Amino acid sequence: MTDRTAPARARVLAAMPLTRRRAVETRRRPLIPRRLVRIVGGAALPFAILAAWQLTTSLRLFTIAQLPSPWMVLGAGVELIQRGLLGQYVAISSQRVLVGFAVGASLGLALGATTGLARAWDVFFGSTLGAIRAVPSLAWVPLLILWLKIGEESKITLIAIGAFFPVYTTVSAALRHVDRQLVEAGRAFGLHGARLFTTVQLPAVLPSVISGLRLALAQSWLFLVAAELIASSTGLGFLLVDSQNNGRVDRILLAIILLAVLGKTTDALLGVFEKWAIRRWT
Amino acid sequence: MPLAIVPDDSSRSRPPTQAPLTNTKYEVEFVAVGRAFASERRRHGAPVSGHLVVRDISLSIAPGEVVAILGASGCGKSTLLRIAAGLDSPSAGVVRIDGSPVAGVDARCAVAFQEPRLLPWRTLAGNVGLGLPRESRRQDAALRVAELLDLVELTAFANHRPREVSGGMAQRTSLARALARNPGVLLLDEPFGSLDALTRLKMQDLLLDVHAAAPTTVLLVTHDVDEALQLADRVVLLGTEPGREGATIREVLGVPGQRPRDRGSAELAELRATLLAGLGIDRHTH
Repeated sequence: MTDRTAPARARVLAAMPLTRRRAVETRRRPLIPRRLVRIVGGAALPFAILAAWQLTTSLRLFTIAQLPSPWMVLGAGVELIQRGLLGQYVAISSQRVLVGFAVGASLGLALGATTGLARAWDVFFGSTLGAIRAVPSLAWVPLLILWLKIGEESKITLIAIGAFFPVYTTVSAALRHVDRQLVEAGRAFGLHGARLFTTVQLPAVLPSVISGLRLALAQSWLFLVAAELIASSTGLGFLLVDSQNNGRVDRILLAIILLAVLGKTTDALLGVFEKWAIRRWT
Repeated sequence: MPLAIVPDDSSRSRPPTQAPLTNTKYEVEFVAVGRAFASERRRHGAPVSGHLVVRDISLSIAPGEVVAILGASGCGKSTLLRIAAGLDSPSAGVVRIDGSPVAGVDARCAVAFQEPRLLPWRTLAGNVGLGLPRESRRQDAALRVAELLDLVELTAFANHRPREVSGGMAQRTSLARALARNPGVLLLDEPFGSLDALTRLKMQDLLLDVHAAAPTTVLLVTHDVDEALQLADRVVLLGTEPGREGATIREVLGVPGQRPRDRGSAELAELRATLLAGLGIDRHTH
């Protein structure tokens, strides 16, 4: 709307069909109470679990070796921070996830676009990639370790494999289902090739691309732990194996909680992006 | 809507704007055009085998003329239009625009489809801009878009998204987008078919208004006899001959009178009856 004055708005609203007008009006209502409900409601269960956990440990229903109290887990965390280890673990794990995710998602985008736009490439790649996708993540580990040694490369490759497939499948499927009429309209107005892709097809699939990225990011954390559990000397996965060997349940719980928080945070960030994209591109 | 429409092509119904709307007008010629669809192609959901949709279409349209193609649904009207636009190619024959054959999407044509087909993520102005020729400079482009939106009376909605406006407004945007190409041939595929009766009449008047302001050759596909009579110089009736596959031209009728025509005139009523009979509709005269 170029004119934001009240009468102009009223005129614009009056010109709209009733259902649409209602949608516009509700969108303008302040969202704060609803957001508050979301935050409080979403935090209720974690706090309840924390309280139950505290209660069971204070009642000594389990031994400390089985289930340490929340305070002991916190203490383990503080100790690791003081020794400078926790920050390093979190940093290296995040780095692996982000690099692997970036590599895998980019490849997934490129190949998904290729197969989604051209039937011939879909025929060519489709079955092979489908078969590779069926290989369980852990099956790659021995091969990657032999080929790439126990360095960063093997871990990042594994994570990239994990991030590749959700992006590839969603992008490829979404491009195949772009409204043909819109594409034809684009062609009728002289668009073809790269310009048709950036003007019509890419914007049309953007929301699906982002939901594919979200899935890929979740998958990246999954594959990170797989990689670090088996061969690493640092990172959150290493903290898990190391603590298992030393019987440090408090550190195991700490690592699990950290993975949950990190995964949820990165997912929420992409979720905000996704919401914006849906509003902007549909 | 100012509907002081001047029927003469050369005069204007609106005060001229800074950059006047000028269109080129091209001759369109269908030469023995036919189109068959291969067996694996599906039309209207039903599989057909080597189906001949249209055959032997020969028709010459003068520059600046408005021709309506009328026919029952599924008779290949849209196919003809798509061939003229270069979105489809004929199995037989050729379409010439201004003497040169159409091969691939033709920059001299602009199409307005049955559905608005607007990009939902662009504003109405952005959608109109899509129709502009690629070489147009940024500043001229903005001017031209504003001018076209003014022509279809959507200036107040320039920054709205398609889903925020009504169907009629979306269809008007689609028309403005087609006009943005400065087309030598304007191809309209039942452009008002999905609109309510009243909006349709208004849109027809708007189209006449636009045609008077910026004359161009118009090929209009419709199944609405009244619309054809209201808008066209000539009406081409498509239909199948008994016992032969594929629709072809059954009749070409000149429509008498200058536009805008009186929707209730007796002369048109007679023509309407003829056309309806040609479409296989009983006249119900007792």
